Parts: sequence; C-alpha cells; structure tokens
Amino acid sequence: MNKQNLVVVGNGMVGHQFLQSLADSGQLDQFNVTVFCEEPRLAYDRVYLSSYFSGATAEDLAMGQIDVYQSWGLNVLIGEAVTSIDRDAQHVHTNKGTTLFYDKLVLATGSYPFVPPVPGHTREHCLVYRTIEDLEAIKASATGAKVGVVVGGGLLGLEAAKAIKDLGLETHVVEFAPRLMAVQLDEGGGNLLRKKIEDLGVKVHTGKNTQQIVDGKDAYHRMEFADGEVLETDLILFSAGIRPRDNLARDCGLEVGERGGIVVDNNCQTSDQKIYSIGECALWSGRIYGLVAPGYAMAKVVVEQLSGGDKQFLGADMSTKLKLMGIDVASIGDAHGHTKGALSYTYNDQVNQIYKKIVVSETGNELLGAILVGEANDYGTLLQYALNGIQLPKNPETLIVPNFGGDDAETGLGISALPDTAHICSCHDVTKGAIFCSIEAGAQTVCEVKAATKAASGCGGCNQLLTDLVNHELEQRGVTVSHDICEHFAFTREDLYNIIRIEEIKTFDGLLSKHGHGHGCEICKPLVGSLLASCWNEYILDKPHVGLQDTNDTFMANMQKDGTYSVVPRVPGGEITPDQLIAIGQVGKKYNLYTKVTGGQRIDLFGARLEELPEIWKELIDAGMETGHAYGKSLRTVKSCVGSTWCRYGVDDSTGLAIELENRYKGLRAPHKIKFGVSGCTRECAEAQSKDIGIIATEKGWNLYLCGNGGMKPRHADLFATDLDKDTLVKYIDRFLMFYIKTGKRLQRTSVWMENLEGGLEYLRKVVIDDHLGMNETLESQMDHVVATYECEWKRTIEDEDALKRFRTFVNSEKTDNNIVFIQERGQIRPATEEEKAVAEPIKMIM
Amino acid sequence: MTKQSEWLDLCSIGDLVENSGVCALLKEQQIALFYLPAEQKVYAVGQYDPFGNANVISRGIIGSKEGKLFVASPLYKQHFLLEDGCCLEDETVSLPVWKTQIINERVMIQTV
Ligand SMILES: Cc1cc2nc3c(=O)[nH]c(=O)nc-3n(C[C@H](O)[C@H](O)[C@H](O)COP(=O)(O)OP(=O)(O)OC[C@H]3O[C@@H](n4cnc5c(N)ncnc54)[C@H](O)[C@@H]3O)c2cc1C
Ligand code: HEM
Ligand code: SF4
Repeated sequence: MNKQNLVVVGNGMVGHQFLQSLADSGQLDQFNVTVFCEEPRLAYDRVYLSSYFSGATAEDLAMGQIDVYQSWGLNVLIGEAVTSIDRDAQHVHTNKGTTLFYDKLVLATGSYPFVPPVPGHTREHCLVYRTIEDLEAIKASATGAKVGVVVGGGLLGLEAAKAIKDLGLETHVVEFAPRLMAVQLDEGGGNLLRKKIEDLGVKVHTGKNTQQIVDGKDAYHRMEFADGEVLETDLILFSAGIRPRDNLARDCGLEVGERGGIVVDNNCQTSDQKIYSIGECALWSGRIYGLVAPGYAMAKVVVEQLSGGDKQFLGADMSTKLKLMGIDVASIGDAHGHTKGALSYTYNDQVNQIYKKIVVSETGNELLGAILVGEANDYGTLLQYALNGIQLPKNPETLIVPNFGGDDAETGLGISALPDTAHICSCHDVTKGAIFCSIEAGAQTVCEVKAATKAASGCGGCNQLLTDLVNHELEQRGVTVSHDICEHFAFTREDLYNIIRIEEIKTFDGLLSKHGHGHGCEICKPLVGSLLASCWNEYILDKPHVGLQDTNDTFMANMQKDGTYSVVPRVPGGEITPDQLIAIGQVGKKYNLYTKVTGGQRIDLFGARLEELPEIWKELIDAGMETGHAYGKSLRTVKSCVGSTWCRYGVDDSTGLAIELENRYKGLRAPHKIKFGVSGCTRECAEAQSKDIGIIATEKGWNLYLCGNGGMKPRHADLFATDLDKDTLVKYIDRFLMFYIKTGKRLQRTSVWMENLEGGLEYLRKVVIDDHLGMNETLESQMDHVVATYECEWKRTIEDEDALKRFRTFVNSEKTDNNIVFIQERGQIRPATEEEKAVAEPIKMIM
Repeated sequence: MTKQSEWLDLCSIGDLVENSGVCALLKEQQIALFYLPAEQKVYAVGQYDPFGNANVISRGIIGSKEGKLFVASPLYKQHFLLEDGCCLEDETVSLPVWKTQIINERVMIQTV
C-alpha cells in the first residue's frame, strides 16, 4: 500500500496530542509523518509554564520526546517553520528552504500574545508570556529591576503577576476593564479576588487605559494613562489576550474568521478538504478555545477522520477551576445568568473571604452556572450537576452554604447519580462510561484505570472523583479490593487488632505461627509491633519485639539522611525550665549537635551517632527529661498557648491542661502519629484546630475538636462537643483514641480516618458520647492500662546492659563510621554532601 | 596467581541480635550481619546503602517476599535479598555478600 504524506505544522500541546493519539490509534504505518516544530524544542506543557520560575526545567515540562517520536517513525524538524502553503501543488515551504508534498496537512500553529499597539510597546523590557524563551527573557529583564507591571487582568495576566512577584519585584496589574476577570466574574467575585490579590502585595489598577510608554524618571519606563495618571516601572509584561496564528492559512486563501482564526467544521476540516486545523488557531462555530482540553478533543477528531471514522467536534465546555496566586477560582457554564429566567443564589463570606454563586434555571431544577472564589471544593459536584442536567436538591443553596457539623449525605452528589456520558476527566475526555469499560476490561485499581484511560493525568482536578467512582464501582461489582496488609497476613489491621486482643497474643511469632505465614516483612512487622504496644504496652526493645521495630523505634531516635539520628526530649505542653534548657544546650554543645526548635514546641538535636545516643540520653535523663517519642507512631506533642495564667485574654489554664494531657497519653502507640493542641481562648494561639485533638477554653469549660491535620493535606478539626468539664473531656479523648487505634488503617491519620468513617462525625458522637457500641467502658479500661504501664523507654534502656549493646556502631570495633562527615553552616553542623565528602576533613572527631 | 580466600573470625553469636541486624568491621569494610536463629544462619551483606549513600543497612527490617529473605533499607525502603544482595527495585544494583558459618559460637566470614 502506498503511504500517504501527512504533514503537521506546529508541535505545541495540541500538535503533540495529535501525534500521541495517532500513535495510540495504530495508524502510524499508513502515513509518512513529517512534523515542523518552529520552537527550538519539542512540545512542552504550557499550562504549567509558570513552574519554570519555581524550579521546573525544560525537561520537566517536556511532552514530546525525540526518541519516542523516532520510535514512531516520525520525521521531526526542530527549529523549522512552515512559511507558505501552495494548495494547488499540495506543497509546504519552510524557512530552511524545504519543500514538501502533502496528502493531508494539519495546522496546529496555536496562538500568539496580543500586544496593544500603544506607542512605546516595542521598547526594551516590554515582554510577553507564552514560551520558555519568553520566560528566560523575563528572568533576564528582572535582574536589576525593582518594579514590574502586567498589562491585563485576566487569568494569564494574574498568573504572570505571580511569577513577577516571585521574582522579587514590586508588582502591579493594570486592567482596562473596571474589574479583574470581568467576563467570567461578577462584581462580588471580582471584588473579592481583587482584595485577595492585593492582600498578597500585588497592586491592582482597574479602569486604566494605557496611552503611551516613555522613558521613566525613577525607573526604566513610565506608563501614561488616559486619566492622566502615570506609573513608573522597569519591566512591562503584556497579557492582553491571544490571537490565533492563522497567517499561513490566510496567505493561501483558506477561509479565516473576521477577527482571526482558521475556520473549521465539525470534522475540524478547513475550507480545503485536505487541510485540518486544531487547537488555538482553529475557529469553530465562530469561537476560539483558549484551553487545552478542547484542542485535545479536536486532535482526536482528526485522528478518527483520517481513518475514515465519523467522530466530530461539537464544542467543548469551558468551565474551569484553577489556582490563581494560591487563590481558588472557578467558573462553570452560564456564570452570569444570561439564560432567560435564570435565578441565582449568592453566598458571600467576608470573614473567610469566600464568594460563591450558583445560577439555576427558572424552575429551580437545573444548575446553569456557578462562580467560586476563595474556595472551590464544590467544583466537581457542581460541574457534574451542570453538565448532566441532574435534578437539583430541593434547596439548591445547600450546595454552597457551608455545612456546620451537619450530615453531608443530603447534598453530596451520589456517584451513582451520574449518567454514563458524564465527563469525569475533561482534559482527556474520559466519561464515566469509558471508566466502567476499563473496569470491565480488567482494571482492578485506580492506578490501572488511570493507565488504561489516561483519566486524571492532565490537570489532575478529577482525581478525587475518579478514585471514588472506581472504588464504588469495584465494590458494586463485588470485587473485594484486597485489604490484606501483606503477603504474610490475610487480614486487615483491624482484624489483627481484634485477634491480638481476643486471643491475648503477646508476640509477633505467636501471631505469625497461628494466623500468618512466611517470615513477615517491613510492612507487617512494625504494624504488629505497634498493635502489641497499643494493647499490652510492653518494652519495645524486649527480645521478641526488637526485630519488629523500624530503625527509629529500635534506636528510639529519628534516622536522618546520613544515618545519624536526631534526639527530641519531651517538653510537655511546651513548658520548659531554664535549667532544662541549659541541660539541653550543654548536651548539644558537648556532642556538637545541630539544634532546632520544632513545630511542636520542643527542641530537636541532630547529628548524633548511633553510639552516642545512650550517653546523650543518660545526661538528658539525669537532668529530669524523658523521651519525646518523636520517632514513634504515637503521641507527639500537646502544643499549648500560655493561657489564663499570663495572657490577658485567657479564660482557662491551657498550659496546665496540655501538660496533664501530654503526661496522660505519652507513649501511646497508634496507627500514626497523634498531635494535640490546647488554646486558652477562642483566639486560638495554639492552632488547636489543626491537630488530631484540639481543645479550646470557653467561659463554661472546654470545646473539643477532633481529626484536624496540618501537613500535606490540611483539614480543620470538627467541633465534636462543647463546654465540657475536664473529667468528661478526658473520658471522651480516651474513648476516641482507643476507638481510632482499634479501627484505623495502617499509617492512617485521624483526619483521613474521619473522612472514611461511615456515618462521619455524627456516628463518632454516637459511639463516643452515647455509647452506641456499648464498648466505652472497655475503651476506657484499655486506655487506663496503657497509662498505668507507661515507662520512659530511654530510662529503661540506659539501665539495660543487653539493650545497650545494640547501640554499638560496630560489634567488633571501637571505630566510628567514617562516612559521616559534617560541614559548618550558620554556626552549626550539617551533613556534608557527597561532593563535599570527597574533599572535606571530618570536623567531628571521636570523643 | 589467585588470591587465597580465608575464613576470619568476626565476632561472637552473642554480639548478634536475633531476627535483626548489627554491623561489624572487617578491615575497613562495614558488614551488616543478620541472624536467623530458626535456621542457625547468619547472613552478611554490605552495610552501605547505595541509594541513601549512608552506612545503615544493618538497621533495616528483615522479612520475606515469596519465600526469599530480604532486608529493607531503613532510609528509602528498597529491598535487598540476603542471599545474593540483589535489589528488588533495581536489578542493576546489588549489595556485596559474604559467606558465613557459625563455629563454636563464633561468626566466621569468608574473605575473597
Ligand atoms: C502561562 C499559560 C498558562 C495556561 N494555563 C492553562 C490552563 O491552566 N488550562 C488550559 O486549559 N490551558 C492553559 N493555557 C492555554 C494552553 O497552553 C493552550 O490552550 C495550548 O497550549 C494550545 O495548544 P496549541 O498546540 O493549539 O498551541 P501551542 O501550544 O501554542 O502550540 C503551537 C506551536 O506551533 C508552532 N508553530 C506556529 N506556527 C508554526 C509554523 N508556521 N511552523 C512550525 N511551527 C509553528 C508554535 O511555535 C508552537 O510551538 C495556558 C497558556 C499559557 C501561556
Ligand atoms: C484553565 C483555565 C483557563 C485558561 C487556560 C484561561 C485562559 C485565558 C486566556 C488565554 C485568556 C486571554 C484570552 C483573550 O483575552 O482573548 C483569558 C482571559 C480571561 N480569562 Fe481565562 N482562562 C481560564 C480560566 C478562567 C476562569 C476560571 C476565569 C474566571 C473565573 C477566567 C476569566 C478570564 C477573563 C475575565 C479574561 C479576560 C477576557 C478578555 O480579556 O476578554 N479565565 N483566559
Ligand atoms: S489563645 Fe487566648 S489565652 Fe491563649 S494566648 Fe491566645 S489569646 Fe491568650
């Protein structure tokens, strides 16, 4: 068979997707494909362009890979642009003198930034934001500059403003319209966005019409506005819109739009049947899509068309959610309520700076559009309502009004409510139906579904929805998603916990011989070690337990990257005497340790060698200190504010309570680490609501908050009970912790545990307060056992000759590890890098 | 001329920790020793973690995967087989291994 000549002009995001889809479709062998790529590098991810400023490299952003392209047999010409098309001869000509015949031609030339032709716009340090080269130019211009101005307050402008701000420049945004993002946002949303952006230190000037740019007095440029005002700046970045690159098409007589854009039909064919156009250069039904997802959809249509398929492009949804300078902004469908009879609900929280609006149909049955600023967690749900015309709940406002402790089940959109045509991943155009197909075809996990469908591999916005959907469907199909902890035990963590409790099993070997097989592994050993400790609280370095512990637990210190350890004495409630401070300081000095104050109100000493740990601890214990369990999946700290004892505002003794609680629960081992916070009044200086257990003093007692988290995925703790007296408070905490220890999964923090707890907060209240399971007495006595059997593991260890032997670096030599090398920095040590090790003299000698 | 291999006395069984690891020094070489009392066997592999660039292997947890014994690095959790030092995550990487035997409560190691 004769191969057809397929020529692709442009290797941007959409051009790349076209090649990828073509390869995926298995049609490559029917074409001789030639790709003209004008830029000096193959396609890269423009959507994440700004990350180039925060450290991403061109390689990180790369989408097209030359070796992959070559393995597909493509002829790729980098740095070569097509300059004209001869439609009669079916030739393209390039800037390097190439002439090439095509059977089929695909134009994916994208767009260019529009620069308003104000006098002075071609001056030096007037730049745009579209390519990696643009960003390099911005970086170069920014060195030595103090002030930067972005012209244009749309999405790109604001993203560019962030970049300029991150480069350390005083940043201004100049917008012609009376508010930011005027088209998509209404006044309420726009005002809030402006306020938030100004809070970040970016100056916003709206309603400004730039007349000319001339030499500045204090800075390089001076911008003069129609209203007579001026602004001096060293750098100007234009982000005033994009224009399609349609000149090739225009010059060869293809139909183009009045205001630009290569006209295409539903097949993405131009007015010449042999020529297709896709992406930002294409004008479909009178509009240009400035987003990647519609471009990707067009690319797939053309791949189908080439093989004689009849897939068509029928428009795309422009709803979007994004983070602008860290601020969530989203707009869905008819956000302005242009539809006849449309009604809207608005929620405007000026305290927490959240603005939400939904637009519903005249009948109140359907969601037409929405705007979210400041918080966009509901985006996924709202979008599904809008796209699929799902019947709204009786009171649609419940969709945007916060839900204080109520039951989410009422408003949360059931996954089963979605039709098969529902778009789950808009980046890669994956429907619920397609996801089910992949499960039908054998995908058994979220990962496998992602691999099979590409869902959630674009912007990632649909990740949560996808995971819920897949797991729900797998369960529906009776696929038991295996919850076995590892190959040695066919049980969940909770099963093992119950077995250990009921059969009173005291050792790993006992459990393994009765209920498991093999030798165990690094998953089940620490897990069982933790369960045994939660239940029986025996010394973790006892012979049957020692091999179960992670290195941190074995040596009761935290291993650092160079194999040295850090040491953290307990400082209950963060209260510490001057003598204890001095003792810690002396130890730090004597052993030349790096010292740092931790986020948990205590002091971390880094760089201790294995063999030094016992001596260090002996000195700390002699000074009255105890182990801080910083190494364990166990209670870490109870952070507190100074409370009513000293503070003018305090209503109760938060420090006193914190110390009491820390002493009660210290040493308690759990599925993961546990942190507490106690504040003396609602000002919340201890940030208790970001902790697993948060307590805030009220005029009438203590409010208890549960399952908060900082870290990677912050979660505000839920208000669990109010105005408790101390005894009740402690009882509730006892029950809560033991219930979590019993039912939590391996390495599951309380926040995630709560998110997955069937029945949620209400159910937890039933268990802990109403004794729904009839087990509170048991839970309390289990906790009492742990509290009563507490001992400082380090104190025990330094008195135990046998245990101490373990802390020798070498069992047969007094030498120390010569691979541990430190460098001085800011007056303290730090581990040497591999390069430094090659040249450095160790500064820390054997004592 | 080939170098003669010999058996050297490294340490006593009492220096080892059951079902766990310790480190011994053989000239300048750091060797991780894992003692499995059930099999009366001591495994000897290199102490240097080639991923973490630190001498820590003896402080990892030992376990089995499909019947094969391994140690998991305490730093980044790669698995190395105790038998031949092979890394399960990256076949191009392995730890050195030594033959051992227990004679009269002493751990003997074969040098090459
Ligand atoms: C900073 C930034 C952030 C963005 N954020 C988002 C986002 O969050 N979400 C989203 O959906 N979209 C976003 N976009 C838009 C998105 O990047 C574009 O929609 C997408 O890149 C369009 O792809 P394209 O292939 O049509 O055009 P381009 O990616 O512009 O590719 C066209 C390519 O063709 C080349 N070319 C042009 N003419 C010729 C010729 N004659 N010969 C050879 N080569 C030629 C060009 O050099 C270019 O490399 C963002 C864009 C920018 C700049
Ligand atoms: C992935 C998401 C988005 C992308 C890639 C994107 C891209 C763009 C681009 C390229 C422009 C300049 C185009 C032009 O002016 O012709 C633009 C302008 C604009 N965008 Fe967006 N946008 C996104 C989401 C949003 C959202 C969510 C909003 C509002 C909530 C928004 C509001 C605006 C406004 C008001 C303008 C200025 C319009 C104009 O100048 O005519 N954009 N956007
Ligand atoms: S939380 Fe209240 S009591 Fe505690 S320090 Fe702050 S203001 Fe004072």
